[in-house]
Amino acid sequence: MTTQTRQLTVSHAPFVRSGDSIEKVMYTVALALLPAIAAAIYYFGLRSLWVTLTSVISCIVFEFLINKIRKKDLTCFDGSAIVTGLLLSLNVPAGLPFWMVIFGSFAAIVIAKELFGGLGYNIFNPVLVARVFLLISFPAEMTAWVVPHSVDMVTAASPLGLLKTEGLSAIANISYWKLFMGEIGGSMGETSALAILIGALLLYAKGYIKLKIPLTFIATTFLFTGLFYLIDPSKYASPVFHLLSGGLMLGAFFMATDWVTSPMLARGQIIFGFGCGLLTGIIRLFGGYPEGVAFSILIMNALVPLLDKWDLNSIAKGRRAH
Amino acid sequence: MRTFKKGGIHPPENKITADIGIEILPTPDIVTILLSQHLGKPAKPVVKKKQKVKKGQLIAEADGFISAHIHATTSGMVKSIDERVSSPAGQFSQAVVIESDGQEEWADGLNIDIDYESLSREEKLRKIQDAGIVGMGGAGFPAHVKLNPPPEKKVDTFILNGAECEPFLTTDHRLMLEKPEEILKGLDIAASFFDKDIKVYIGIEANKADAIKIMEERTQGTRFEVVPLKAKFPQGCEKQLINTVTGRVLAEGQLPFDVGCLVHNVATIYAIYEAVAKNKPLIERVFTVSGMEINSRKNLRATLGTKITDIVDYCGGVTDEINQVIVGGPMMGKAQFTFDVPITKTTSGILFINNRGLERSRERACIRCGKCVEVCPQGLQPWIMTDLARLNQFELLPAYGLNDCMECGSCTFVCPANRDIVHWIKYAKVMNTRQKR
Repeated sequence: MTTQTRQLTVSHAPFVRSGDSIEKVMYTVALALLPAIAAAIYYFGLRSLWVTLTSVISCIVFEFLINKIRKKDLTCFDGSAIVTGLLLSLNVPAGLPFWMVIFGSFAAIVIAKELFGGLGYNIFNPVLVARVFLLISFPAEMTAWVVPHSVDMVTAASPLGLLKTEGLSAIANISYWKLFMGEIGGSMGETSALAILIGALLLYAKGYIKLKIPLTFIATTFLFTGLFYLIDPSKYASPVFHLLSGGLMLGAFFMATDWVTSPMLARGQIIFGFGCGLLTGIIRLFGGYPEGVAFSILIMNALVPLLDKWDLNSIAKGRRAH
Repeated sequence: MRTFKKGGIHPPENKITADIGIEILPTPDIVTILLSQHLGKPAKPVVKKKQKVKKGQLIAEADGFISAHIHATTSGMVKSIDERVSSPAGQFSQAVVIESDGQEEWADGLNIDIDYESLSREEKLRKIQDAGIVGMGGAGFPAHVKLNPPPEKKVDTFILNGAECEPFLTTDHRLMLEKPEEILKGLDIAASFFDKDIKVYIGIEANKADAIKIMEERTQGTRFEVVPLKAKFPQGCEKQLINTVTGRVLAEGQLPFDVGCLVHNVATIYAIYEAVAKNKPLIERVFTVSGMEINSRKNLRATLGTKITDIVDYCGGVTDEINQVIVGGPMMGKAQFTFDVPITKTTSGILFINNRGLERSRERACIRCGKCVEVCPQGLQPWIMTDLARLNQFELLPAYGLNDCMECGSCTFVCPANRDIVHWIKYAKVMNTRQKR
């Protein structure tokens, strides 16, 4: 073939790419969630695995159906549905009926993600929307926390639940070590701070999470609850207890850091983390619910477009002044 | 090791031709000399069809202040003056087509040794202007204009740009290895346009250790200082190089001389040496022929007006897998739609590649990862500019620094959603200029 007859493709520079892709990012996040899933299986039994599989498969199926209905390219295997499925299962009790898990997947994928336009356009974190959906729809089932290592899925209240309903004395014999390792009642993935930190470390090493959000989030909750602990230690639990119990670790490292639903710029990220932490503290100490991580992140999600706009306006102003 | 402050990436270097000496490509029978090889207005032809020309003879005159002379690159007869010839910059330009007589006969007084040290500043500047020298790194800005800044701008730092941060390209690298003496003399000439105490730096990326060594040896005891640079893209962009070497920062719209700096590329300085010391106009240049889909990869010195088809023939043809021909580097080069394109003063490389994988991957929605912000060497917000451009809100972009973007492509390189960020930014620039008219 001579050079005259060859077809050449004209496209815009650059002609090389880093090879990073949504798939790569999503599968790495999925990998980072495996320690938490392993911890769930260890503490709450094999049923945890079935919950996870139900959640992941139903998320993929819902995304596939929506792709078909919207007549869009298939995005169900780009990994984001898998991450949503994994995270959703980590946010529910190990004993949750399977049909409720599927209902949660529907809320996450169809309502929170695809109805807003799909990955990249969703305002609220799909997993947290699903968690709150389930919590409000099925309050009893969503707070029936499985006791670790129980043979026939005995359920009990979580440490935060005990604190809310029975007061400080009820949690007096729960050691920090148990809280850190995850040998407590709670949703599948949130109990083991250790497993979450291992996953978070992987994401940080890969450059996939910005530390500003989780650090300000956790620090704010710690300081807020610590302040009240200092004022009256006989009434309020210690900040270390708040740090290690409930969904704070999972929420701070895996939910609040979700790229799509968190601010782009440094100042916005710090305000976002601070808001999440403050709201979590307020809900936990003074709210009707024992736990406030999911609500506080969702509330701050709603503020993200405003925070971004504020940062961008400052940038534009700075450029004009120059 | 020194580097610029903000952003940057490190694409695979692929400097395949780094150890291959510069080879001379024989002048083809027919050369097609574009009259727009520089920034600014195209030159105006001063020859007629059928006219005999000698090598180095002026064939088109600079038109206005920002323009450059064009010379016959071989001796022979003007075959035609074509109105619409596609240029590697992706535009159409007038071109003078010369049929070579094979004699390579120089016009009078050209290609001779000159005692240039006794020349005055104006005489040297005149020679550079007459030789039609433009920035050969890619921008194509007339060199004599750059060397003669307005008197109120005091230039205290002169930087020789030997960064060559684009993957694949090894043009400046080979020139520094093979012509160090000439380059240093050229640097001396260029620096002589300014104050005696001007600081002269030679910036070379660390991946060219041999060039750094040679330049360091030759500049021992002189006023020139070699500055090894961390290999990071886009180190060779003027603003980044100035920032690395002097720490100074150019605001939007500022030119290097606004911060007291002047940057010239290695190939340009070599051309300046040839113009002043040898009376040689800019009629040939060195460039890299590389990429996986050409049968032999080389560094070539070729006559301007040689077509890519001639180069392909000389390099043993292309493979069947080829689907893109890029003039320039893979980060900032231009894709060609035909092989029938002549090389110009700003052609630093020609790449023959197979990019079908890239072609097939879809552009997805922004997932707001923030990587484009992280890598932008100008500290811009490429994501919001892309979003706005896609919504046709072009007039909103300048507020975020649209015109401060030099289209280096770092953002597009890292984007996991595969967004064509640079494409949208460039599109917005074009649409904004159109609306102003």
